Amino acid sequence: MSSTLNNPAHPRNVQLTADGRLKHFLSINGLSKALLTEILDTAESFANMGGQAVKKVPLLRGKTIVNLFFENSTRTRATFELAAKRLSADVLNLDISTSSTAKGEILMDTLHNIEAMYADMFVVRHNDSGTAHFIASQITPQVAIINAGDGRHAHPTQAMLDMFTIRRHKGAFEGLKVAIVGDILHSRVARSQIRALNILGAAEVRLVAPKTLLPVGIEEMGAKIYTRMESGLKDVDVVIMLRLQKERMSGALLPSEAEFYRLYGLTTQKLAYAHPEAIVMHPGPINRGVEIESAVADGPRSVILQQVGYGIATRMAVMSMAMSGQMQERLQVQ
Amino acid sequence: MRISILGGRVIDPAQVLDQVIDIHIEGEHIFGLGACPEGFKADQIIDATGLIVAPGFIDLCCHLRDPGPSYKGNIASEAQAALAGGFTQVCARPDTVPPLDSPAIVRVVRERAELAGKAKVLPVGALTQGLEGQLLSNMSGLQSAGCVAVTNLRQPIQDNLILRRCLEYAATFDLLVMIYPEDSALRGSGYSHEGPLSSQLGLAGIPETAETLAVAQALLLIEQTGVRAHFAHLSTARAVEQIAQAKAQGLPVTADVALSHLLFTDAYLESFDSNFHLEPPLRSEADRLGLLQGLKDGVISAVSSSHLPHEQAAKMAPFSVSEPGMSSLEVVLPQMLILVEKGWLSLSDLVKRLAFAPAQLLGLKSGALWAGYKADLILIDPDAPWVLNEQTSFSAGHNTPFWNQPLKGRVVTCLVDGQVHFNHLTTIKGDD
Repeated sequence: MSSTLNNPAHPRNVQLTADGRLKHFLSINGLSKALLTEILDTAESFANMGGQAVKKVPLLRGKTIVNLFFENSTRTRATFELAAKRLSADVLNLDISTSSTAKGEILMDTLHNIEAMYADMFVVRHNDSGTAHFIASQITPQVAIINAGDGRHAHPTQAMLDMFTIRRHKGAFEGLKVAIVGDILHSRVARSQIRALNILGAAEVRLVAPKTLLPVGIEEMGAKIYTRMESGLKDVDVVIMLRLQKERMSGALLPSEAEFYRLYGLTTQKLAYAHPEAIVMHPGPINRGVEIESAVADGPRSVILQQVGYGIATRMAVMSMAMSGQMQERLQVQ
Repeated sequence: MRISILGGRVIDPAQVLDQVIDIHIEGEHIFGLGACPEGFKADQIIDATGLIVAPGFIDLCCHLRDPGPSYKGNIASEAQAALAGGFTQVCARPDTVPPLDSPAIVRVVRERAELAGKAKVLPVGALTQGLEGQLLSNMSGLQSAGCVAVTNLRQPIQDNLILRRCLEYAATFDLLVMIYPEDSALRGSGYSHEGPLSSQLGLAGIPETAETLAVAQALLLIEQTGVRAHFAHLSTARAVEQIAQAKAQGLPVTADVALSHLLFTDAYLESFDSNFHLEPPLRSEADRLGLLQGLKDGVISAVSSSHLPHEQAAKMAPFSVSEPGMSSLEVVLPQMLILVEKGWLSLSDLVKRLAFAPAQLLGLKSGALWAGYKADLILIDPDAPWVLNEQTSFSAGHNTPFWNQPLKGRVVTCLVDGQVHFNHLTTIKGDD
């Protein structure tokens, strides 16, 4: 009878232990404000380590972490690797290119092979939405899974480092107005940011984009839709620019790069619509002259470079918390 | 061989019959209902006390995977699963490997079905050669070889001129065309219902207009060509409205809905469970209610299983790259009984939607218990508890959310052409 099936209104949150601690980090969805705050506080404790002579803590000594990147990435993988090493874990980096055929089989075989090597944690990036959930729920439930970006779905560690950045620069989330600008349609970063900002209590989340780059019904996640920069940026405290992929720029979704820049590119002039103390963020890598002017990207309001640094601390926090939850559950099973 | 089925509650919508009455069978045919005819001596008596007796169900869309990848199933396994689910006849989709676009391949399917000797197989031929949407198939030949209809499934037709020619040519032979309405350009690379949930989950969406635009276009061409047409697997409430309007204007079209779309919505995608990756996609709750209402009102005349068995690996993948479809022949009856319990339809309507209506729209002398009709009938225990699992399931595909789930209501005895195929009243697979 259908009542015995998973109730879609209350999906089992596969990323939490029975007592509500993190054991995977798959998406922001379904996490409490307390848990997100715990991640930020833990990240804060790691944040100053980079300046110390000895940059390591022994929290994950003896653990094996595998960075499984089915999709190219330089910065994200590098910060995950550094985060793992600063936690004293052993790290294996695997870049796996997927052909369009037999993707599922390659994924499963790869995972089973690595599982046989007794890995403790997978950091996974994949171009299909839901891959991290799939691995955590179907393939390797006993390995902690950290989602480093899946399709258009989620990029929760990026969102948390962005929240960390906002909290560092703005102090708190209450009363904040945040605008996210650009290619929302293809952005997993935006989706995770919208969730996190709502949970943490931001006053307003705005999405600014042409209608071709706005997913249908996205406002139901808790966001207001704007199609013009002037109204969208008015009085906001934080401006988050998204990267526009080259292949989206010509024809199908946008007429041209030049028109996009003219309408939505963040220039000094458009930034003036925002609050005078507004900060400018970007998940990187930036396209200068496409979504952001160099003078803004390198200007005094930009915190883009700080974001990269905070990424390491945030990922250390998530990895140590998930490993601890996973170990606790393993002990309970034994 | 003469068989009497005694004391069952006979439900036959064709005769507007719902009463406890005996049925007598001689050879392949129904001999009569009621008191034992003078001189009729049964060789076998089946006591149907407490059971429902109904005409065997007829499925409008079923994938038998034969010819094709046998690891997904074959005619023997799937036709057996059909019988277990109460389907004595099943329409076989043309997207086999190779596709059912020539009389020779249709004959192969029929021969294999006869050899298997389970549910009777009604081949549905390809509307275009290779289902490629460019050249007309040999429709007259397909009809002579035994195809009950033609369809291009969801494969796109190159343009409206070719669609028009296809419909005109099918109309020449009064051949039924099954239309799976979907605008392939609007569908694009989508695989989920376009709406707030697909946007949140980052799943590529298929807009409602992919279906409604295709329905509108097809309705106009049906009117123009005068073809007999059936719309398969509606998924949106708007499409139900379109069909209702067309019917009200006198256009002789019919429509069905797949069982899964009466039960589930896109909310089930939240956990990325690939069992819910279906074509057409599961849509909103408003759409599901619209489909149920359409079924209740009779705008949708039939329910089909849309049975698509898969091997495990096909579903062990991230949602977007998993293969679409659900194995469902064996759960249609218990799930439809739940809809009866919830008041969406009566038991008589259940039989009508699964047996009589499909027979009518296919133009078959079947789906009813008239004297002289082939004795295809089933005995149902509507309260029997059972579990769908390795012991009870015959389908090669275990890709259903009901796997290992408790179910209520089961076919306990099944007769095809007057022959008892199984009788759970005495021996059954996995009976305990």
